[in-house]
Amino acid sequence: MKPNLILHVIAKFIIPLILLFALYVQFHGDFGPGGGFQAGVIFSAAIILYSLVFGLENAEKIIPHHWLRILASLGVVIYAGVGIESLFLGGNYLDYTFLGSNQIAGQHLGILLVELGVGITVASAMLILFFAFAGRGRE
Amino acid sequence: MIDVVVDIILLTFLATTSIAIMRINNLFAIVMLFGIFSLLSAGLFVVMDAPDVAFTEAAVGAGISTVLMLATLALVKRKKEPYYDEAPQTHTAWLPLIVVIVTGSALVYGTWDIPSFGSPDAPSQTHVARFYLENSMLDTGVPNTVTAVLASYRGFDTLGEVTVIFTAAVAVLLLIGGKRPKPALKAKDEEGQDEA
Repeated sequence: MKPNLILHVIAKFIIPLILLFALYVQFHGDFGPGGGFQAGVIFSAAIILYSLVFGLENAEKIIPHHWLRILASLGVVIYAGVGIESLFLGGNYLDYTFLGSNQIAGQHLGILLVELGVGITVASAMLILFFAFAGRGRE
Repeated sequence: MIDVVVDIILLTFLATTSIAIMRINNLFAIVMLFGIFSLLSAGLFVVMDAPDVAFTEAAVGAGISTVLMLATLALVKRKKEPYYDEAPQTHTAWLPLIVVIVTGSALVYGTWDIPSFGSPDAPSQTHVARFYLENSMLDTGVPNTVTAVLASYRGFDTLGEVTVIFTAAVAVLLLIGGKRPKPALKAKDEEGQDEA
C-alpha cells in the first residue's frame, strides 16, 4: 500500500479522539446515550481505521490475535460472573441489589460491570471479525 | 416545524439512495451507498429522539458492516466474465408492477391505524414503558432509562445478546480465521526449490 501523507496525519489526529469518545460512551452510558455495545463498536472502529491506514501488520502488533480471543471470552465471563456473584451474595441471578451497601449503589456497580463486559466482548468480537476477513485477503 | 423539514429531506435522500442501489451494477458503489443509507437512518433516529439507536446504526451500519462488506468484496473479486446468461424473462413488466402497487397500498392502508408519533395513547406507551419511566430512577439511580432497562431489568436478555456476539466471533474464527497452512507450505516449497 502506498503511504499517503494526508491520510496518515488525519488518522493520527482522529484515532485518539475516537478512542476517547468510545471510553466516554462506555463509562458515561448510565447518564448519557450509549453503553457497552456502542462503545465497543466505536473502540473497534478506531483500531480498524488504524489498520486501514497503517496496514494490517501494524494493527496486529497493537492487539495480537490470542489477546483478542481471551478478551472476547473475558467480557462474557465478567457479565456472567456478576450474575453468579449476586447469587452468592443472596440475590437472584443478575440481581445487582446486593453488590453494594444499598440498592442504588449495588445497581450502579452492577450496571457498570455488566456494561464493561459487553464493551470488551463487542470490541474484541468486531476486531476478530475484521482481522479474519482482512487477513484472508493477504497471502 | 424544523423536524418535519429535516424528516422530509432525510427521507428524500433515503429514497434516492435506495433507487440508486437498485439501478447501479458496481458492487463497490453499492456498498458505499449502503453506508450512506445507514448514516441517513441514523440521522432519522436522532430526529426521533433515539440517540442510543442512532449511535448503534451509525457505528455498526455505516462503519463496521461497510468495512466488512468491502473486505468481503476484496476476497470475492470477479476475475472472469460470468459463465452464465441471465435467465430469460417469462412475464411482462406489468406483473411485478401490480404486485408492488397492491403491497404498497396495503402497507399505506395499514399506517392509517398506527397512532401518531409520540402519542401518549399508543399501546407501546401504555404497557410497561410507563412503569420503567416512573421507577427506573428510584430502582437503579441511573438517569438513562435505556441503560437501566438493558443492563438491569432485562439483564438476562443482554447476557444472551453478548453470548450471541461471542458465538459469532467464534464461528467466524472457526470458518475463516487463523492461518491457512496449505498455500503457505506451497510458497515455502517454491522458495526452497528456487534456492536449490
